[in-house]
Parts: sequence; structure tokens; C-alpha cells
Amino acid sequence: MGMKAITFVSALVFASSAYAQDSNQLNVEGEIYASTVAAPSHMENVDTLYSGWHFRSGETQALQLDDFDNPGMVFIDQGIDLFGKVDGSEGKSCESCHENVEDFAGLRTALPRVENGELVAMEDLVNECRTERMGADAWKWSSTNMTAMTGLIGFQSRGMPMSVKIDGDATKFWEKGKELYYTRVGQLDMACSNCHEDNYGVMIRADHLSQGQINGFPTYRLKNAKLNSVHARFKGCMSNIRATPFKEGGNEFKALELYIASRGQGLAVETPSVRN
Amino acid sequence: MASGVKPRVKVPKKASAGDVITIKTLISHKMESGQRKDGDGNVIPRSIINRFVADFNGENVIDVTLEPAISTNPYFQFDAMVPESGEFHFTWYDDDGDVYETKKKITVS
Amino acid sequence: MELSRRKLLAMGASSIALMSLGTLPAFASKADDEIAKFTGGAELGEGALELTAPEIAENGNTVPIEISAPGAVSVTVLADGNPVPNVATFNFGKLNASRSASTRIRLSKTQNVIAIAKMEDGSFQMAKANVKVTIGGCGG
Repeated sequence: MGMKAITFVSALVFASSAYAQDSNQLNVEGEIYASTVAAPSHMENVDTLYSGWHFRSGETQALQLDDFDNPGMVFIDQGIDLFGKVDGSEGKSCESCHENVEDFAGLRTALPRVENGELVAMEDLVNECRTERMGADAWKWSSTNMTAMTGLIGFQSRGMPMSVKIDGDATKFWEKGKELYYTRVGQLDMACSNCHEDNYGVMIRADHLSQGQINGFPTYRLKNAKLNSVHARFKGCMSNIRATPFKEGGNEFKALELYIASRGQGLAVETPSVRN
Repeated sequence: MASGVKPRVKVPKKASAGDVITIKTLISHKMESGQRKDGDGNVIPRSIINRFVADFNGENVIDVTLEPAISTNPYFQFDAMVPESGEFHFTWYDDDGDVYETKKKITVS
Repeated sequence: MELSRRKLLAMGASSIALMSLGTLPAFASKADDEIAKFTGGAELGEGALELTAPEIAENGNTVPIEISAPGAVSVTVLADGNPVPNVATFNFGKLNASRSASTRIRLSKTQNVIAIAKMEDGSFQMAKANVKVTIGGCGG
């Protein structure tokens, strides 16, 4: 399965959609993003990577093609306000040190990464700035402020290919993430791979299973009408299979984030993507 | 005042006389429906944008009455005929009495 | 799990068959009341009002709809399965030449979206669309 099923599924979606595009291309504001690429060599069971965008209905897909129509942009705007807002005992805003948010172009593609022997995600970097340099309180991992900020920073890399480092000092974290990906957990006794590797493109009740790619995060979901962090999504998946979720921002989810990011190497960053 | 309310509009900067242009508007607002309950089982009171008006040079383009079934961050797309240069005036009315406004100029040649 | 193209085709075909079989449920009375309020009980014509809505909504929170009724002065939109059927009423000014608008609405479950247009000559037009609201894969 794989290629055929996806092609078919998207054909069905397009045939039934009043908002069908001419072709099955992710064309955002006139720029075509890499949303279908060859799988990296470390993936043994998957040949082609598909952005989660391909698995959505025509109406949901359309929301991501125009920045005014994309409801996630409301939160990017909030991120811009936060970026310039002074907070904490040092009287600083993000802007005090990082004059242009555009300078963060490329950062999203390389996270999580190892710093001083620790695996760090973008949320860690934001909170480090807040607590160490601004004298402000850390934001909660998936809070509105945090997702607005990671959304804004991630948005600077939109269109750039995902490219996390998985060798050298990252190897042990990557291997831990891989182990978690294939380990069955919860009352339903399921691993990430059961849905997102073995059965992507297949219906799970009224929904299409995707490959579980994270290149569009934080992602705006129609379900809760806000930006959602990668770890919040992991947590949701784990609850759905009746497992006790790991902690957001914990070592398990960070390792899993690195591994899943590496399963999307080459896909364009879509932040903020729109999903159901 | 409801927090984080911010109007956004997309209007072309230029047009030819008599052109029909497309306008998109969106205002960030939670549109609390009055149907939801909080953790203690109490109904969360309704708090929505209940009216949206778009005018051009004092002439009405569209006047919408919104109910709680309009999605979070109300979005509207509609057409307008622009006979001459001027200014669009967009107004949103909140249940709590607040009024949000924004204006956009267009040059018609 | 191996899923053949044939199986997928069969799945697709059966879901399409189900869709076309689905008869539109009778209007909820609340929606009927609102229609009567808007029209004063006048007869409803069809054809001059177009309502565009997806056959299947991936999530009921954000369902895009469009109404278009050249010659209308106003259009009201109702959702007959929502706790409150009223959705929105569009009053068109002179400068809205096409008498059309799009928005995003909430649907609590699978139901009919109904649009009623009041035309310039005082007559009324109706259009409706059945929208299936799906439940996410893991109940989420």
C-alpha cells in the first residue's frame, strides 16, 4: 500500500469537493511547497513522505492556501505582538536581543537539537530566553502564548525543508525516540507505527489516517480552533489509545519529536498548517 | 472588553471605476456560544460578535446579523462595487457593548 | 495491514452509495418557526438562490458556506439540527452587486443548512444542503 492508496484517497476527496484545486499540490500564496518527497534512507517501511495536508478534505486544504483564510495566522499576529512586548524583571522583550524575527528562518527545520548534551525543543529555547535573559516566568509548554511564539518563529522557516540532525550526539536521543515510536502502549495496545506507518491513507472511522508528520506544527486544528503544539498532539494520541501520556516537554516526547521530525526530512515546514 | 479582539481586512488598494472587488474580513473573537458548560457544570454565558457592517463612502455594502453558530474568529467574504475612490468602513458589534472598527482606502482610476 | 486497491474502491463506492441514499430528514420545528418568522408564511420558490456547503465536513466547528442570490435584499441562514437554528442574516446594500457572501459556521451534528432569500419583488427563495458532520478517528 502507500502510493496507490494515497493517490486514490486524494482523488476521492477532490472529486467530492467544491473547492478542488487543479492539482494535488500544496500551493501557498503562489509558492509550491515540498509536500510529497522520497523517504529518508533510515525509514525501512515507507517509500514516500506525504504532508498531512494531503489527507484532508478539499475545504480544509483550501484554508491553508491563502494566508488571510488561514485561521492560524491570527495566532501568528499574536506572536508578533508578544515578540515586541516587554516582560520580566530585566525590562526586555524578545526584540531587545533578536531585532528581526526573520533571522529565525531555518531554526524550525533543525529542531529539536542537542545542546550541551541535552535534547532541546523550540519551547525550551523560548523559555530559556524568558527565564535567563528576560527575568520572566517560563510559559507552559502548550499555552496560548507559547504556541503563538513557536508559531511565529516556525513561520519564518515556512517552505524550507525539515532537516534535523540525527547522528553524532543526537543518535542516542533519536534511537530512544524510534523505540518509543514502535512500542505498543495503552489499553488498545498500539504503537505510533500501527496507525501512522502501517495504515496511513486508510479511514479510521470517518477520518483519514495521516503519516503523523509534524512539519506543520504548531498546527491550527478546526477541532479546538487554536494552535496545537507537537507534544499536545502526542498527548492526544496517547489518550486516544488509552495510554497514560508522557509529560509535555519531558524527555520521552522530546526524543519522539526528534524521531518523528526525522521521518519528515525534506518536507517543507508548513507552520501554521491547518488540520481537522 | 473581550481580550485579544483584533480585526483584519483584505481590500485591494487599487481598482478601476465600476469594478467588483472581493473583500475578506476576519475578527479574532472566541464567539462563546452560550451552549457550553465549564468544569463545574455551569453554563458559560454567551459572548459573541452579533453584527458586522461594511460601508463604502457612507453607502452600505453588507450588514450581517451573527448568531452563536458563526465559528470562532468570524470570517466573511463578499463583493463590493467601487464607483469612485474612497474608504471602506468596517464595524463589528460585541455582545458586551464594545464596537471594533477599521478603515481601508481604495484608489479608483 | 494490507489494503488492496480493490478493497479501497469498494469502501469508496459503498460510502458514496450511502451518501446518495440518505434522505433529508424533516425540518426541525424550531427551524420551521424561524422560516415562518422571516417569510411571514409566504410561499418559497427555488432556483434563484444558491447555497454552497460541503457534503461532508471534517469538523463541525468550521464549515465553510457560501450564499449567492442575485436580486435578493437579504438572506437568512438556518441550521435545523443546531440547538439554536439561526446562523446569520445577510442584508445586502446597493454596492454588493452579486448579493453573495461566504462565512464559516458551526454545525453540532449532521443536518440541513437552509438559506432563505427575500427578493427585491418581495418573494422568497429557498435552498438547502445536507452536511454530514464526521467524528474524528479516535473519537477526538
